[in-house]
Amino acid sequence: MAVWLSRSGNVARHLNGKMGSLGILNRSLLSHPEPTHQRNSLPTSPIEQSYRNPAAFLGNSGTLFAVRHFESIQAETHHDSRYDEHENQLLDFPGGKVKFTSDMIFISESPDKRIKCYRVLDDNGRQIPGSSFQPLSKELSLRIYNDMVTLQTMDTIFYEAQRQGRISFYLTSNGEEAINIASAAALAIDDIVLPQYREPGVLLWRGFTLKEFADQCFGNKGDCGKGRQMPIHYGSRKHNYFTVSSPIATQLPQAVGAAYSLKMDKKDACVVTYFGDGATSEGDFHAALNFAAVMEAPVIFICRNNGWAISTSTSEQFRSDGVVVRGQAYGVRSIRVDGNDVIAVYSAVQRAREMAISEHRPILIEALTYRVGHHSTSDDSTKYRAVDEIEHWRSARDPVTRFGKWIELNGWWSNENESELRRNMRKKILHAIQVAEKVEKPLLADLFTDVYDHPPSNLLEQERLLRETIKRHPQDYPPDVPV
Amino acid sequence: MAAILKGIVATSVLSSSSDFVPKGVQLPSLKSLPVSERKGGFLVDGSDAKVVPVSNARARSAGRLVAANAVAAEKSAASTASKTGGHELLLFEALREGLEEEMDRDPRVCVMGEDVGHYGGSYKVTKGLAKKYGDLRVLDTPIAENSFTGMAVGAAMTGLRPIVEGMNMGFLLLAFNQISNNCGMLHYTSGGQFKIPIVIRGPGGVGRQLGAEHSQRLESYFQSIPGIQMVACSTPYNAKGLMKAAIRSENPVILFEHVLLYNLKERIPDEEYVLSLEEAEMVRPGEHVTILTYSRMRYHVMQAAKTLVNKGYDPEVIDIRSLKPFDLYTIGNSVKKTHRVLIVEECMRTGGIGASLTAAINENFHDYLDAPVVCLSSQDVPTPYAGTLEEWTVVQPAQIVTAVEQLCR
Repeated sequence: MAVWLSRSGNVARHLNGKMGSLGILNRSLLSHPEPTHQRNSLPTSPIEQSYRNPAAFLGNSGTLFAVRHFESIQAETHHDSRYDEHENQLLDFPGGKVKFTSDMIFISESPDKRIKCYRVLDDNGRQIPGSSFQPLSKELSLRIYNDMVTLQTMDTIFYEAQRQGRISFYLTSNGEEAINIASAAALAIDDIVLPQYREPGVLLWRGFTLKEFADQCFGNKGDCGKGRQMPIHYGSRKHNYFTVSSPIATQLPQAVGAAYSLKMDKKDACVVTYFGDGATSEGDFHAALNFAAVMEAPVIFICRNNGWAISTSTSEQFRSDGVVVRGQAYGVRSIRVDGNDVIAVYSAVQRAREMAISEHRPILIEALTYRVGHHSTSDDSTKYRAVDEIEHWRSARDPVTRFGKWIELNGWWSNENESELRRNMRKKILHAIQVAEKVEKPLLADLFTDVYDHPPSNLLEQERLLRETIKRHPQDYPPDVPV
Repeated sequence: MAAILKGIVATSVLSSSSDFVPKGVQLPSLKSLPVSERKGGFLVDGSDAKVVPVSNARARSAGRLVAANAVAAEKSAASTASKTGGHELLLFEALREGLEEEMDRDPRVCVMGEDVGHYGGSYKVTKGLAKKYGDLRVLDTPIAENSFTGMAVGAAMTGLRPIVEGMNMGFLLLAFNQISNNCGMLHYTSGGQFKIPIVIRGPGGVGRQLGAEHSQRLESYFQSIPGIQMVACSTPYNAKGLMKAAIRSENPVILFEHVLLYNLKERIPDEEYVLSLEEAEMVRPGEHVTILTYSRMRYHVMQAAKTLVNKGYDPEVIDIRSLKPFDLYTIGNSVKKTHRVLIVEECMRTGGIGASLTAAINENFHDYLDAPVVCLSSQDVPTPYAGTLEEWTVVQPAQIVTAVEQLCR
């Protein structure tokens, strides 16, 4: 059973008593000083804020998050609802009562301290003592590790295949294997997944086979997408994994819609949607969080903050403290997690799922990580970032190695297991590619089906014309696409 | 003040859709809807029974889902003279009736949009529905069109049948990304695994001094998107029928309503009926010229038709209703008969429905034309606010009369 320690809640720092009331106070609403000793030393009483962010840190009990303020306070004598217990006037604007203050105070644009990042394993795969987490069984851990290695190997080999000209495009998840697999492991098959495009690991976990991955990348007859989308745009209804659509962040409001549907059906499931740091600049991100909060929809928003949106670094993408702080702006409970730490990701997603379903609320998880690979095969990231930065993250901060160390420390894994796994996986994947390469492409008729439920007359006409053209110029028509 | 019609012509013209009229039903003479324009709205004089273009399962394309109701056709045909069958209502009420019937029939149907819930919708199409079905099924959304359209796409992929209301069609420009990239495409790109049976509806067109941004004709912009269907309603009868058909369709459908037509009154049948999404409506059969139109322009055309009849012309007026795909069957039969085509639309000249229709007719029926296709559209200008100027950006009956006269010389 998870033990949630009382980490410090969101208590703002108290102000320096010597400051005049008109000083601009760099008050951080989101920092984490140790509150207990301060509370006793101050003669003032807290002024309540309207924000609460309890459960993320404290399980089910809530704490109010207080701001200290030096003012002369009089004891409360009456219960006039227009005044609070300290005779500060309350005002009834639309949206609820707010307290007045005569101090002109601007909320700082950035907190003194950034939101802390939840992690369980250190860089060497050792569990940090005193950490709270959801324990993983040996079986589950080995399965997670297996899939992480599969994903890593698959990425390497498919990337090479693209370079060799065998597939037209590929996009790796290098460095993000923990986010992919660990989050998937914490979900149930009924949970609907709306991916961006860097989450094939979730599909892998759910049972998509290497053959199916290869079929989609080659766009052959075995592809359940019928060869219509570009490689890595996987989609599988039976795995509850919505088809990848290239435009960024379009899946976020769709996720809210899917959650709305689950809520109407009162299903014991939630929706999980993934996106990168760049997607948080899109309008859809903001509206989706807002909608999810207003509608109390059971969605988990998982942001893979990997530092780069093609060539745009996060410092050029936003000026906030990452993505996690935005949750509160929309009334969404949020957490920041070390995305390269399998156990942290697993625990956070599992807890988030519980909250989303039982409390009907959205949760935002910012998983910090690094995009080790290039954006895609159409990108060369050495053009805009340092090669040693990439190397550092590839080797020293590799999430697969880190988790590997943990399972090794537990006595569940050895070097022999490792080399055997990698060797076999490589063989399997190469084989899948070789097979998929030879499979026929989908039929010509599939160019025109599924545009509508039944092809209308104009499409039938267009198909007829196309077939006529092919008959007239057969030498111009590709040989591996059956007519 | 009904236009004079040739009863027999009605039958023969409709023989093209003879699949749809059950045997043994005597078609009544077809009367058009006279329209008298008043300040702030339209009123329809008297009520007219209509031939019920009931489509049965033997529709032209396999699998089109339309309710066949032979009894209804017979009943309303019989009640032409008596005017006792059916009930009178305004167009927005007809839309609501259709919506409500479908929500009763299928619990997966839901509505989302701005102010559709307890407020009842800006044009009252969803009035009373939130109370009846709860505010989860009639959902008020925050103001983010791209996002609630996206939400509807996600909900549809998960099994619901959402209806998205755009407060004004113009706002759907903000939803273009979701409509084009996802709504129209996801059924195809997912290999048929996920379907998007959504309906996107809302008022568009030039109103009374609503300003340029609220007087747009979105059908021009959406017509290219593959995977969607577009229909435009113009009478309470077809509004209800098209609404029901759109909701039952497995494809994403955009239903274009017109701001100025919501208060049109008509008597519609009590029995349930569903129209076909791909069919045009024969408003007034004729011999001399085919006038193709839709939505509000139908009324300008019918007004011009009165004048034309007095001048001795016999125009055939077809409300094309289905903007994507065009009902080239009905249109073609008409062209083969009259050999002259006039298109009257509210879209702008460039890239409008008229432009596409002109191309389609020229391509398919060139041999049957005795004169070039003439298209009357709005000018390529943003709609001005000043009432007099606004009036001159919309095709007026006088222009239609002149065009027919020139065409039939």
